[in-house]
Amino acid sequence: MNSQVVKTVKNEMEVYFDAISRNESFARVAVAAFVTHLNPTLEELADIKTAVSEAVTNAIIHGYENFNGYGRHGEQISAMRENPGKVRLKCVLEGDVLHIEIEDKGKGIDNIEQAMEPLFTTKAELERSGMGFAFMEAFMDDLEVDSVPEEGTVVRMKKKLGSSAWIGCEE
Amino acid sequence: MEDFRIIDNCLMVRLPEEVDHHRAAYICENADRFILQDNVAHVVFDFEDTRFMDSSGIGIIMGRYRKIACFGGRVYAIHVDKQIQRMFTLSGLNKIVEVLA
Repeated sequence: MNSQVVKTVKNEMEVYFDAISRNESFARVAVAAFVTHLNPTLEELADIKTAVSEAVTNAIIHGYENFNGYGRHGEQISAMRENPGKVRLKCVLEGDVLHIEIEDKGKGIDNIEQAMEPLFTTKAELERSGMGFAFMEAFMDDLEVDSVPEEGTVVRMKKKLGSSAWIGCEE
Repeated sequence: MEDFRIIDNCLMVRLPEEVDHHRAAYICENADRFILQDNVAHVVFDFEDTRFMDSSGIGIIMGRYRKIACFGGRVYAIHVDKQIQRMFTLSGLNKIVEVLA
């Protein structure tokens, strides 16, 4: 084997989960666990977790309109009705670049440009800050949003992770 | 676990380890209950235990600020780490909230 050739390490994962607020922490922890072997810095990890959390939360509360978080309306958590729907989370590692794709089949975004404006929110009554897309943009290297009203939304993000000893090593 | 405490005319909110949308409604509802019942003037958010926050946390603070700012109340944030500080700056929250590291 030619040791000069640095193999590009490729790794991929995909999960589907119910669009409910309990799964927001599952999604970000899953992505964080997926990249741990690259020895990301704490800051990189926090950036990725925040970005994933924003995108998944958007899918759940805007895409499928499942607003209910933990503890709202007192004790009746189990009695709360939730709209059915799944969120798809796909991560691809190519060398030291992490690609994240988060898709929902929810109601879509009418005006993507407006939705991406900092502080713009359609759910002010839910105490949403309107900073979701702004944070994704700030914490990741690249952000792309595709949406068709009544069909769904795909958010694609990219982040280059700092070089670590593992990258460039032969398997 | 989140914790709410009244000290003089301040409401101290100790935020949980993870501040996200899932937890946000519970924190907002409880904070508002204290603000209304106990005539709270100022609100202090304590991030000591917080290891993760997303924009939901910004929404919580903005919402409480709106509720008390018209009566001259102030919002403080303590034990804020670097990541949370960045979010404060990005959202402009650092202009209305007094951040004490």
